[in-house]
Amino acid sequence: MSDSPQPGGQDYERRLNESAAAVAEFEHTPRGFLGTVQHVLHANPTFVPVIVLVASIAVFGVIAGERFFSPFNLTLIMQQVSIIGILAAAQTLIILTAGIDLSVAAIMVLMSVISGKLAVTLGVPAPIALAVSFAGGIAAGYLNGWLVTKVKLPPFIATLGTWNVFFALNLWLSGAQSIRGSDIDEVAPLLKFFGNSFEIGSARLTFGTLLMVVIFVVLWYILNKTAWGRHVYMIGDDKEAAEMAGIRTDRTLRQVYMLAGFICALAAWASIGRVGSISPQSFYEGNLESITAVVIGGISLFGGRGSIMGALFGALIVGVFQSGLRLAGVDVLWQVFAIGWLIIIAVAIDQWIRKVSA
Amino acid sequence: MKKMKLALLSGAVALAGSGAAFADAHGGVTACLITKTDTNPFFVKMREGATAAAEAAGITLQTYAGAIDGDVESQVAAVETCIAAGASGILITPSDSRALAPVIGQAREAGLLVIALDTPFEPADTADATFATDNFEAGRLIGAWAAATLGDAAADARIATLDLNASEVSVDYLRNQGFMTGFGIEVNDPTDIGDEDDPRIVGSDVTNGNEEGGRTAMENLLQIDPSINVVYTINEPAAAGAYEALNAFGLTEQALIVSVDGGCPGVQDVAEGIIGATAMQFPLLMASLGVEAIIAHAADGTMPENSEGLEFFNTGVMLVTDQPVDGIESITSAEALELCWG
Repeated sequence: MSDSPQPGGQDYERRLNESAAAVAEFEHTPRGFLGTVQHVLHANPTFVPVIVLVASIAVFGVIAGERFFSPFNLTLIMQQVSIIGILAAAQTLIILTAGIDLSVAAIMVLMSVISGKLAVTLGVPAPIALAVSFAGGIAAGYLNGWLVTKVKLPPFIATLGTWNVFFALNLWLSGAQSIRGSDIDEVAPLLKFFGNSFEIGSARLTFGTLLMVVIFVVLWYILNKTAWGRHVYMIGDDKEAAEMAGIRTDRTLRQVYMLAGFICALAAWASIGRVGSISPQSFYEGNLESITAVVIGGISLFGGRGSIMGALFGALIVGVFQSGLRLAGVDVLWQVFAIGWLIIIAVAIDQWIRKVSA
Repeated sequence: MKKMKLALLSGAVALAGSGAAFADAHGGVTACLITKTDTNPFFVKMREGATAAAEAAGITLQTYAGAIDGDVESQVAAVETCIAAGASGILITPSDSRALAPVIGQAREAGLLVIALDTPFEPADTADATFATDNFEAGRLIGAWAAATLGDAAADARIATLDLNASEVSVDYLRNQGFMTGFGIEVNDPTDIGDEDDPRIVGSDVTNGNEEGGRTAMENLLQIDPSINVVYTINEPAAAGAYEALNAFGLTEQALIVSVDGGCPGVQDVAEGIIGATAMQFPLLMASLGVEAIIAHAADGTMPENSEGLEFFNTGVMLVTDQPVDGIESITSAEALELCWG
């Protein structure tokens, strides 16, 4: 230690003068084209599905021509995907919380059978039958949420179990036998309400298609503009952090499952209009088709990221591929092949986007 | 043919009684019935037939079923249980035509008579016998009916086929190719759907055998050609879906829908003119005849014989329509409602 301080401050201070003066500066190194794309996609998760949707419509418009590109066919595609689209909306809610719901289609079919059995077989007034099916959908969702939050089962296992349970109940209640369309018309036409349609030019929109769009818009508002919606994203992103921030995560999770169950019951009502009868054998793979729509829509299976609108675009992409390949005269097995690759590519892109730095 | 119709009409009702003669003599016999599921009305009817025949003959019947179609494990376990229980014979609708072969081999080595019901094994001689619907004949009947109903217009028909799924299993191609043959269309590979060159065929699509698939498939084909006027369907739920699509397009008047099965909702659809004609099969008869074959085999070793020209015993198929045509025997929907399953 020296007694006489040297001019220009102490030795260690002089060292300081030589070192960098800037504090915590971000480096603005150019990202390059791919890096920029990665960033844009990270900030706007629906870009990819929108681009794919527009591109596929354009490509099939060229390949399959007028028949594909007509307003009639495009609205027909919306009609064809409406049920899986609504299920995908419910599925998105669960997947945003980093869960998965294998039981969505089984809840839907069970609720359609319940409303049909009540209204057509037992002669209960149709509004009451529908109300029972809504309550049933919410209860089924509560069961899933309870298994996930109280029994602490992984969502995959909980809903794998309830999928089988609901499917078995459906077969038992229905005797695996369809309720015929003309019987529904006679006794409870309200059950087929969403099969009604109206025309704008040569486009034909069913009420079921509109229901799908309304459900997506409402959910988009809830998820983006309400505190509850932000909580859902936060739980999916980091459940512990959400808990520390004061969010009652388990309660919110149960609410998410109940809302999903309710949407499945709405899908049940819409499906009766779409299918024309109540069919216990239909939509057996609806759960997987809804997950397909969600992942093609750019919603991350790891939770907390993606826009609900992506699921709508995802469902439409699948519909466009199926219709386009069909009209182009491609054998059905190649449709399956194409959808398979769509899923793989969509999830691969998601993985790549997730690697983005800050 | 008249004789067959009578046999079928009376058979379903009276067969239970015909086993009664054996009653006391075969008290110790046990038969097993193993179905794909126990919820599908087709299998429920099968169990009814077997139960009635077994009760009439005074033998013990044990029934087993898989949880879902394709549940091979449950069926293997059921066969093993039947061997262990010392049963005389097994009636089985295999969930997998190939995977069950080893355990069926064990059962036959143990001296059990094994009869496949409805679904043949591959190869068919895995079992001692097969009692099934002639699915090719079922398709041929509705094809011939459609051609006869159209008359001269059959030459310019616009045909859509709504098939089962992408795997093209035997029931799928047999019904489809039977329909083609009946309609007078030259088939190429008889195990391949959709390889025909006839310009009258608009196209084919898959339905998974349910209403939702039937509707979507019909919509797709109508987009290819809205003038379709003959619709072949793999089963009645798919037909109901096709009707919904035609209805939405406002085209129900122009198209003739034909189908196969004979389930009660399908027969009801024939009565209401939604389906033009359907070919009915007889699951109850399959099972009751099967039980009788097991009793006969247990008594003196009689082996069941195949129908002439077929690799299985044909349990019959009957055209159901309210618009009969000359030269094709049929029953009305009212008669069929007495016989339908489910």
